[in-house]
Amino acid sequence: MADEVVLLDFWPSMFGMRVRIALAEKGIKYEYKEEDLRNKSPLLLEMSPIHKKIPVFIHNGKPVCESLIIVQYIDDVWKDKCPLLPTDPYQRAHSRFWADFVDKKVYEVSRKVWATNGEEKKAGKKEFIEIFKILEGELGDKPYYGGETFGFVDLSLIPFYSWFYAIETLGEFNLEAECPKIVAWAKRCLQKETVAKTLPDQKKVYEFVGQMRKRFGLE
Amino acid sequence: MAEEVLVFGAWGSPFSRRVEMALKLKGIEYKYIEEDLTNKSPSLLKYNPVHKKIPVLVHNGKPVAESLVILEYIDETWKDHPILPKDPYERANARFWAKFIDEKCLSAIFKACWGACWGEEKEHEKAEIEHEKAVKEVSELLQFLENELKEKRYFGGETVGLLDIAANTIGYWLGVFEEASGVELLTREKFPKLCNWANEFVCVTAIKENLPPRDKLIAYFRNRFGAGNASK
Repeated sequence: MADEVVLLDFWPSMFGMRVRIALAEKGIKYEYKEEDLRNKSPLLLEMSPIHKKIPVFIHNGKPVCESLIIVQYIDDVWKDKCPLLPTDPYQRAHSRFWADFVDKKVYEVSRKVWATNGEEKKAGKKEFIEIFKILEGELGDKPYYGGETFGFVDLSLIPFYSWFYAIETLGEFNLEAECPKIVAWAKRCLQKETVAKTLPDQKKVYEFVGQMRKRFGLE
Repeated sequence: MAEEVLVFGAWGSPFSRRVEMALKLKGIEYKYIEEDLTNKSPSLLKYNPVHKKIPVLVHNGKPVAESLVILEYIDETWKDHPILPKDPYERANARFWAKFIDEKCLSAIFKACWGACWGEEKEHEKAEIEHEKAVKEVSELLQFLENELKEKRYFGGETVGLLDIAANTIGYWLGVFEEASGVELLTREKFPKLCNWANEFVCVTAIKENLPPRDKLIAYFRNRFGAGNASK
């Protein structure tokens, strides 16, 4: 029986990008549905009744929500191709810990830069750099967080690269100067076709952020 | 080779108790180290330098932090008494609800019992409205869990699973918060299934043996957060 796979998503969402990269890595065909978050579709509200958020992954009519949970589901179901998590339990725990760190810290701290002004923004920028220095420390001299190959943690973090230009410009700093290994790692990830084809253009994201800022009365 | 399993925890924390519950269920021997969270040990800081929090599980010298990550590690390492379902969709479901409990429920419950920021002076009226709002939010969140339980004995089905363990905050600590603050949240008339589940949950041996003493816990929360937000 052919699998029916649908993804409800929003193009600039880093969380949606994670799922798109996972699907591309596994070579899974799916129907992409763009959501207007100011006018959520009945399908989204039905499939994600608790959080009403994207991304939502619908496999043969059954919804899975929360990007990292979706990615693990995809890895569980399509397990014969391109494993995204390591096989060793300790390595898996280590990957889950760092992906959880990205989830808990990176979005919030990014928001503190792009969605604020003045003193708040200054404080946000400082925190952003601190978080990325921690991430840089964890990467060390490895080519990827996953070691020799792109893995779960890489996938959870790389979508934020598409927001770097917006954050650097608004925060008035250069991430390459502050965290050179992070930027080198990101460029390495972008050499992968699955990542390069999934991530939106940084300037396009910057324009989108500008529109959001106007809507929030920040511009 | 002899296995060494250490658990760094705090007696009143539902998060470190989760780890102990899972180990107990699987019959794994471990050494427990009580942390004074006002004076964290060099070992804790060494094993969890990123968050500096409990719980931390140290297995043969290798640390794992974050309670839900630890639970999955325990399940993957010791195969007896599995706590995650085999089916990928059911696994995703269990993970979703565990995350829901951790991210949404606990802070909403705290807000309803003691107000968003303890120690902050609040205008009386504003405090009333926010309290009502917080109670309503908890009610909505508990309803989701009530619906998720359906006719099952446990969230995990016939036996206690990862989600039941993650829901220890609802199954035991919530009752403690209610008594300490005087705010009623998990009522039998609104949430009969959840109440039944909580009663069953605390009777399971591996769980029962890992619950902190109720009176001590109530006294602790009352002392720390005050008399609570109970409406007259």
